[in-house]
Amino acid sequence: MSLIVYIAVMAVVTYLIRMIPFAFFRKKITSRFFRSFLYYIPYAVLSAMTIPAIFYSTGNLVTSVAGTVVAVILAYFDLPLIVVALSASAAAFIFGLF
Amino acid sequence: MKSNFLRGMYHGIPIALGYLSVSFGFGIMAAKAGLSVFAASAVSATNLTSAGQAAGVDIIAAGGTIIEMILVQLTINIRYSLMALSLSQKLDRKFTLPHRLAASYGITDEIFAVCSAQKQPLTPAYMYGMILVAFVGWVTGTALGAEAGQLLPVSVNSAMGIVLYGMFLAIIIPPSKKQKSVLAVVIAAAAVSILFKYVFTMVSGGFAVIISAVAASLAGAALFPVKDEEESAP
Repeated sequence: MSLIVYIAVMAVVTYLIRMIPFAFFRKKITSRFFRSFLYYIPYAVLSAMTIPAIFYSTGNLVTSVAGTVVAVILAYFDLPLIVVALSASAAAFIFGLF
Repeated sequence: MKSNFLRGMYHGIPIALGYLSVSFGFGIMAAKAGLSVFAASAVSATNLTSAGQAAGVDIIAAGGTIIEMILVQLTINIRYSLMALSLSQKLDRKFTLPHRLAASYGITDEIFAVCSAQKQPLTPAYMYGMILVAFVGWVTGTALGAEAGQLLPVSVNSAMGIVLYGMFLAIIIPPSKKQKSVLAVVIAAAAVSILFKYVFTMVSGGFAVIISAVAASLAGAALFPVKDEEESAP
């Protein structure tokens, strides 16, 4: 199978998954239950993606936990996304030096 | 219009920095699987997704079938449908069909996350600015990884692995602090996700995220239905 066919198939399938609901769902949802569901979905998706994966994200439990703790504290005090994200990485790096 | 684009670009910077490191890893992997720098970059430019690309390159390397490729991409990436549906509810009127066809290309976990956290309706310019910056980070990282993967110190590369997760925490923690219902949903989703990781290990990562998120959100919708003033601000 030619490489370009593989890449094209991957790209088309991935695009359609994103495009169909985004382009063709035009109505405002009126069901209170469904609206509530969609309200919670972003937080639930991010939480499920982050935990427990964040503890494996640097390949080392100690540095991952150090980065996580720093991120949780800074996020709790409403610091900007980029500050939280880079501080987590810096903490993981510093703990990795020991 | 212009300021929306710039604001999108600015909000895209942490995403691009995270992508640089993640896609660097993907570039190394693609090069090992026998893809050229150009082919690896083409995969990143056309797909803009991490897990799906990694699985796709595995299939290419193994000479798998097209059916297998389609099923794997569907399984891993179907979560984007849920994200796209969620975002479709907070689009500005400027989002006509051509804009929707174009911007949907850039719905990634991270772009979805940042867009969801916006208070105001999403404009096409805002999303394009963010997608552009994220795209540059993603493709540049891939090309660098495929070209020069082994040159970066391991300590730097591994510490970069936490960047995107740190950003996710920065998105979910402030609203969890303000609303007990959000906190409950966040904890429930994390708990189910942990169950999949350590107990029901036969479920793939993509499906585990979908099931965890859907279960927690259904429970949240049943127990804590949102009032009208809340739903505009997810």
